[in-house]
Amino acid sequence: MAESIRKTTANKLALPKPLEPYADPLPGVETTNLSGKLIVIEGPDAVGRSTQVTQLRLWLEQEGHAVLDTGMARSALAGKGIAQAKEGNTLGPVTATLYYVTDFADRLENEIIPALRAGFVVLTDRYIFSIMARAIARGEDRKWIERVCGFGLVPHSVYYLRAKVKDLVSRVVIGRGAFDYWESGMDYHFGNDMYESFVNYQTRLIRVLDRMSTRYGFIEIDAGKPPEIIFRELQRRIASLQIRKVNGAPAGVTRKAPTARKVPV
Amino acid sequence: MNSLFTRNRYRGKLIVVEGIDGSGKSTQISLLSQWLRSRGFAVAFSEWNSSPLVHETTRRGKRKEMFTPTTFSLIHATDFADRTERYILPLVRAGAIVCADRYAYTAFARDVARGVDPKWVRNLYSFAIRPNIAFYFKTPLDVALSRILGGRDALKYYEAGMDLKISRDVEESFRIFQGRIVAEYEAMSEEMGFHVIDATQSIEDQQRQMRAVVVKELGRSLKTGVLKVPVLEINGRKH
Repeated sequence: MAESIRKTTANKLALPKPLEPYADPLPGVETTNLSGKLIVIEGPDAVGRSTQVTQLRLWLEQEGHAVLDTGMARSALAGKGIAQAKEGNTLGPVTATLYYVTDFADRLENEIIPALRAGFVVLTDRYIFSIMARAIARGEDRKWIERVCGFGLVPHSVYYLRAKVKDLVSRVVIGRGAFDYWESGMDYHFGNDMYESFVNYQTRLIRVLDRMSTRYGFIEIDAGKPPEIIFRELQRRIASLQIRKVNGAPAGVTRKAPTARKVPV
Repeated sequence: MNSLFTRNRYRGKLIVVEGIDGSGKSTQISLLSQWLRSRGFAVAFSEWNSSPLVHETTRRGKRKEMFTPTTFSLIHATDFADRTERYILPLVRAGAIVCADRYAYTAFARDVARGVDPKWVRNLYSFAIRPNIAFYFKTPLDVALSRILGGRDALKYYEAGMDLKISRDVEESFRIFQGRIVAEYEAMSEEMGFHVIDATQSIEDQQRQMRAVVVKELGRSLKTGVLKVPVLEINGRKH
């Protein structure tokens, strides 16, 4: 599978089945018999991913599914270290990339895979694609980072919230009130000020994500639409993944049920 | 071999030492760098696993035994990347001789001994600059083990490969794991073009051989490319 990744260029990859690794498997980690679903929300900075993830989680739980939601730099191992490294002024591009891969690997091995084994729906706010995109947008070698991230498991679906840069700008300005150093790619000075750098950097990021969209078979969702419309589209698409129903064989709710059942006995 | 690392096209040089703990490599690289410095060269030193940016994460991961073979490999690569980007690369570009106590080969040996795919870990480090000289200190396992087991209080968890659950006995686990690492070093020695130093020889003999290799390999370029402290001339006399 590593071969196929290396041989194809920007074309669509012949992807392994969901929950199989893209390339080299993780050493010493069992990834067979995973009964959960892995759903990825991807997209550039400030596109509104986390809003959607929060709502999707609520909805899925109401439907009776156990949900793990996870995202970049949230690992027990490396989350703190990444946050601290970003505070300083010395974090280089390769170092940042590998720190994020470390963080991802820790979450994959210790959170995502165990949750999938227990039948959870795993909702992840960004995946290996964002790590690869931010590396490639900074001029790192695509084949290098694809191979490094090759232990990632193929998701059931990748929803790519696709937006124009000018929409991202207005979201940042109206929603947050200020540009972020890293989201503006200021470590690379893609422009003379944070606005210009943000525009240039995010343009590159989107271009890279667009190419990945074909390559990895993303499902593109127009993020220019109102959040409620996007949410309904995501709901419709996730419903079509046929996650087990609660009144059938409830894979998702078994986690909380045992404690509840113990009480009356 | 050729696509393994990034070629060093710069003025400076990179000299690295490899070998298991107790092989005496740290002593030797320290003597070598002092010698180079005394000759007036700009010398810098970089040690494995010493990035201040990553230090706290590695420490916590080790203390709480959180590492898997993959994350252990990745955090050391992150540490290495930080030292490469901030220290080794700029200094080599500027014309210094950088001496490194352990280099990517340590990961190739240790991580593979932990079960990580050899090609994956080689790709992981492909951003590293190729050393001009890589010394490997060949030590019979027993010799290295007696140096370590005699001299230290407690063997550390990951150093002993306890995460691999080879044996519950720390000392036995350590022996087996270090044995695997030696096997990996031996297997890659030719591929990597190591200059093999017999570490059972006297310290002086080993140092003499290292200096001879440096002169032979770098002799000419040391005269031209590498940064050197200018010789002071006072009243027309060299000091």
